[in-house]
Amino acid sequence: MSERCAVIGIGQTVAKSKREDVSIAGLVREAVVMAVEDAGLTFADIDAVVVGKAPDMFEGVMMPELYLAGALGAVGKPMMRVHTAGSVGGSTAIVASHLVASGIHDRVLTVAFEKQSDSDAMWALSVPQPFSSPLLAGAGGYFAPIIRAYMHRSGAPRDVGMKVAVKDRLHALKNPYAHLHLPDISLQMVEDSIMLWDPLHYLESCPSSDGAAAMVIGSERAAAQAETDTGRRPAWIHGMAMRSEPTMFAGRDQVNPQAGRDCAADLYRQAGISDPRADFDMAEVYVPFSWYEPMWLENLGFCAEGDGWKLTEAGATSLIDGGDIPWNCSGGVLSSNPIGASGMLRFLETALQIRGEAGEHQVPDARRALGQAYGGGSQFFSMWVVAVDKP
Amino acid sequence: MSGFPALTSGHRPVGVVSFAQHDNVRRDGEHNDVEMLLPVIAEVFGNVGITKDDVGFICSGSTDYLVGGPFSFVGALDAVGVWPPRAESHVEMDGAWALYEAWVLLQEGEIDSALVYSFGRSSPGNLSEILALQLDPYYMAPLWPDPCSLAALQAQALIDTGRASEADFAAVAARARRSALGNPKAQLAYDRSPEELLREDYEVAPLRRHALPPLTDGCAAIVLAAGDRAYELCERPAFITGIDHRVETHALGARDLTRSASTTLAGQKAGVGKAGVDVAELHAPFAHQELILVDALGLADDVEVSPSGGALAANPIMSAGLIRIGEASTRIWSGLADRAVAHATSGPCLQQNLVCVLEGV
Repeated sequence: MSERCAVIGIGQTVAKSKREDVSIAGLVREAVVMAVEDAGLTFADIDAVVVGKAPDMFEGVMMPELYLAGALGAVGKPMMRVHTAGSVGGSTAIVASHLVASGIHDRVLTVAFEKQSDSDAMWALSVPQPFSSPLLAGAGGYFAPIIRAYMHRSGAPRDVGMKVAVKDRLHALKNPYAHLHLPDISLQMVEDSIMLWDPLHYLESCPSSDGAAAMVIGSERAAAQAETDTGRRPAWIHGMAMRSEPTMFAGRDQVNPQAGRDCAADLYRQAGISDPRADFDMAEVYVPFSWYEPMWLENLGFCAEGDGWKLTEAGATSLIDGGDIPWNCSGGVLSSNPIGASGMLRFLETALQIRGEAGEHQVPDARRALGQAYGGGSQFFSMWVVAVDKP
Repeated sequence: MSGFPALTSGHRPVGVVSFAQHDNVRRDGEHNDVEMLLPVIAEVFGNVGITKDDVGFICSGSTDYLVGGPFSFVGALDAVGVWPPRAESHVEMDGAWALYEAWVLLQEGEIDSALVYSFGRSSPGNLSEILALQLDPYYMAPLWPDPCSLAALQAQALIDTGRASEADFAAVAARARRSALGNPKAQLAYDRSPEELLREDYEVAPLRRHALPPLTDGCAAIVLAAGDRAYELCERPAFITGIDHRVETHALGARDLTRSASTTLAGQKAGVGKAGVDVAELHAPFAHQELILVDALGLADDVEVSPSGGALAANPIMSAGLIRIGEASTRIWSGLADRAVAHATSGPCLQQNLVCVLEGV
């Protein structure tokens, strides 16, 4: 008895290293006001609010949604707070969408944010815990050995990651909301940047950003109303899926995690996808470190295992090179990384493309798009499919 | 099979069919969160003869600040063992809201059952300092107001209205701890008269020690099942006929602290007043908050309030709300009640509240 639902409002802040001009409330307020107005609504029209962000220590505020209730227009309404590590932005959009798909609400506001400059994410990720080995190197240090395993397994040449780093930064130049605008970006520039965690150079890593993303999810009735009021078409949700697997156990494949493959399979079943590369017009996928593009190309079934790097190398994922399956036209996580919002930005960008409102980074005639986010040590996945056509 | 009750919320009957909770203790220094959860998860599945592979969704509630590290829910998932990978989610909220998320998903009809759990220990840190970090980071948190002081402001405001007195707080505490004598999981239970309790010194005036909750380590789990599946797993499921939650502004000065407008609204949406209530399990960590909640929900004088002893008998942070739903459900299963209300709260001075109506057929 699942009801149709769609993205009917979109809002995001410009991502920056430090938004010293606003409080946390001021930051999220920018995104939610934009999303609500974009849907042709006021806060009085919103039935419920679903908030997502990564660990609270990234700002140093415990359960900050309580303090943000007023800024989010949530007073007197149901409000929920999701936290599923790096995948949280995607999971938050999914939880909000289920509030509509279940027939419980007509219009749900969902927002995700991170104001990394208020604290230190590297510290927050590395606090020593009893009987646990500390992750002193942060996320890049965790993922580098997995990337090396991928390179070994696939035989990918060493410059594939650098090509992703250049491609996504070239995309970012077309997105006014992106944090990093590097007009001189080149393979040489990436190679010349300092080596952080072999094989990841500084410029193959995501930035630390302040930023927020928001969407209004509407029922079929709300979508029709919004389209009439605003002239913007809804981005219909054709499928949503989440999967988790344990962090560590002998035999876990961290290069090509089962949870990611299962999540995609569930999603594609719901959305009727049989050949992802042919069936999608674009994808926004969580690539915080360059090499995760070829790895997720394989994990998401866009090619056979071991072939992901070949797509990247051939320019198949580049909007600028006219690739057949452009990935991360917004510049992706490599260009903007307000961690809690990074997953929602992936989902939001797919909706923007489906509405044909992505401006300079618009994929011509994008009719169906994939949004993906992952988190933790790549054991949490959230994904959705949005399309122009009603499901 | 005995049919299903009429629903106020949702369109698919979903019942609580199993509940387990850890012993509530002041300090469990020997186990981490995973080790505390393991026996509870085993019990909640064992009660109804299923395994993790039989549920369609898993949702948990916890907060990172209790352990002082990021992603505390990540490790906790090992208590379930999500291999092969499972559909799973987590809220940085009391487990009662994790139950709400699972209930929403069950409404859609793709899955028939879900596991909900929550955990949190007060002992690893100083809870008063930790909860101060839950406040507005610019104007409130720098003053480090502790939860007892904020609750005392609320209690004093209630006294000032003339609707309650310190003796009323003592009566609530005496009844709760006496009820807790019948609850083997309770942490703080005693049989003392309100007069005796009133001879205690103030902790933070007008709250004496008896009006405060204990500091508790604990965790809990619930299995939800929808439609016929509920009857396959439980003879008399506690069906959720109404569930709703609402939040108020964080700014204490902008709220009437002596009323709980969000509880009243959630209670109305959940249909509390549509029929008589036999029992109410209220998440009132401070004694005076029970008075505010009873008033907000419009509960009649004959409603049995928190027979488990409530949060005054054990207050495992992030689980105390979920436990209220579990405790209310046990009354339905046993036939002691036909219609029960469970309540969960979050935030300073009852900022956010969830109300759940449970009915047996």
